[in-house]
Amino acid sequence: MSHNHSELADKFASNVERMKWHDKALWFVRVKRDTQAKSLDEWEELRNTADKIKSHTLSHLDEYLEQFEKNALARGIRVHWAKDAKEHNEIVLDLLRSHNAKMIVKSKSMLTEECHLNPYLEEHGIEVVDTDLGERIVQLRNEPPSHIVLPAIHLKKEDVGTTFEKFLNTQKGNSDPTYLTRAARAHLREKFVGADASMTGVNFAIAETGGIVVCTNEGNADLGASLPKLHIACMGIEKIIPRLKDLSIFTRLLARSATGQPVTTYTSHYHGAVEGGEMHVVIVDNGRSKILADKRYVKSLQCIRCGACLNTCPIYRRSGGYSYGYVIPGPIGSTLAPSRDLKKYYSLPFACSLCFSCSNICPVKVDLAEQLYLKRQDVVDAGYLSPIKLNALKMATWLMCRPKLMDFAGLMARKMVPILPRVLLYSKFNLWGKNRELPPFPKNSFKELYKAKKGIK
Amino acid sequence: MSSREAILKAIKEAKPHNSESALPEVNILHTTYDDLDAKFATTLAGVGGNAVHLDSLSAVEGYIKEHYKEAKVIVSTVEGLHVNTKELGATDDPHTLKDVDLAIIKGEFAVAENGAVWIKEADARHRALYFITQKLMIIVPKEQIVHSMHEAYTRISFGDKDIFGLFISGPSKTADIEQSLVIGAHGATEACVVFI
Repeated sequence: MSHNHSELADKFASNVERMKWHDKALWFVRVKRDTQAKSLDEWEELRNTADKIKSHTLSHLDEYLEQFEKNALARGIRVHWAKDAKEHNEIVLDLLRSHNAKMIVKSKSMLTEECHLNPYLEEHGIEVVDTDLGERIVQLRNEPPSHIVLPAIHLKKEDVGTTFEKFLNTQKGNSDPTYLTRAARAHLREKFVGADASMTGVNFAIAETGGIVVCTNEGNADLGASLPKLHIACMGIEKIIPRLKDLSIFTRLLARSATGQPVTTYTSHYHGAVEGGEMHVVIVDNGRSKILADKRYVKSLQCIRCGACLNTCPIYRRSGGYSYGYVIPGPIGSTLAPSRDLKKYYSLPFACSLCFSCSNICPVKVDLAEQLYLKRQDVVDAGYLSPIKLNALKMATWLMCRPKLMDFAGLMARKMVPILPRVLLYSKFNLWGKNRELPPFPKNSFKELYKAKKGIK
Repeated sequence: MSSREAILKAIKEAKPHNSESALPEVNILHTTYDDLDAKFATTLAGVGGNAVHLDSLSAVEGYIKEHYKEAKVIVSTVEGLHVNTKELGATDDPHTLKDVDLAIIKGEFAVAENGAVWIKEADARHRALYFITQKLMIIVPKEQIVHSMHEAYTRISFGDKDIFGLFISGPSKTADIEQSLVIGAHGATEACVVFI
């Protein structure tokens, strides 16, 4: 079944007040990011260097993965390889079963969302507790995250209050963020102390040392991974960086780009298990090597999941994470999802005004807007575009290939549109005019104005 | 073919052959600060922590008595500091640390640009202490402070026996409910960095 972004975006935007609030909340994060970026003269050099490191790593990816494995094994970390989501989930379940684990605490991992690990484990009788506050909120509500860094950004505090009332027995009508956070702290502390195993994602895996780095603000990954005897960390093949010192670049970029903080509260470097425990790393492909083979889209594998492209995107801010229908929304999701399944996610590359803000903000210089432009062409070539859009494009092409006719059409539009009745002008064929007014039409065409200015006859 | 071999083979066949993609150096010219202590203190305050300068360990003991009156269970990993009510090394199970009110730990150096302190205690038995404690105090030798993460990583290494190290910048925090910043999510609700 294919997925239509604009229909779901329509649904989200129908609550105008909520949509405007969502837009503002994310813009606030974007502004904080700008303040941090501008505080460093070397910001652009950091981005350039990060881009070069990632690009180099991708062109030597097999070598660095093998180096990582070798060094991790030497430290006693067990390494597993999973071709796809199914294999990943089976490896995790086997590990949990072999440790007789009944309840696990999990920190944020977009990869496990991608693999639909939680429902799989729950089907097999394991209680899974997401411990990032935002993730716990959406987990209790049986919803997926709507943002990769701010999972519950689509919710108001009153929504969280109602959810906690139901599940955590908080006071009725109390939606004070501090009160609710404290309630979650108490609730999750019990889970942390009672867990049989922990799972974390991986922000960076260091080939040189065989260790992994996890960044959080809440300390949930750390508290989770330091109590039980079993720690499973799951990573996509693209999370590798060559050297420990490369972190000096990435730790400076990540939190500043994500939330406008100078660094995350905790930047933990795991190079082995807790006393008497076991640490496992699961390396997952799940379609990534396919993207690696396409040089037009390979840079999407450089992504460090900071979410800056979501916060800056005028479409994401006004359409919400769920309108994308994919585990990762926003500009980065709009290229990753169709790379996975072009037919299903054909509409996502069009959820973009080609303003290029995402390309300009990305800390590792993923060419997001460029990729979305190319993806649109893939969609047309594959024949997935809706007939209305396709015919409109064909008509436009036909017209633009005939300059004289194009001039005449422009002239007619300038004369006719201002005198046409509204019913006709804003009919169902004018999708552009659905929620907005047409601008006043100028007297002269651009061509005429240009010629006049340049003195061309 | 094992999944490992299949994945590596797929990558080998797919990876871009980009002759220009040399691994760059990371020692770029970075922002520096005239007053490292002041920059660190301001940045740490900005992320909800506080920095203090004291003369000696006995001054630290006095500071703890004055500022952490409520703390009943105190664990310190700092040698020469006599405030412990519980010994970290005495317990085999880190879960028993759940009642710790205040942990005092050693930091190796501080980073001015982001208010972080690098912590890698070879002799601290349970890393859970850093996260499970209600309040955290980090003792850093004065003048052990660098400008940026570039300088920081030149001082960090992971030898064969090193298993864990981390940067901590302020107390645990979250803004997951309506972007309202709340200090004290799952880790420490207060973080004080003491330079002596």
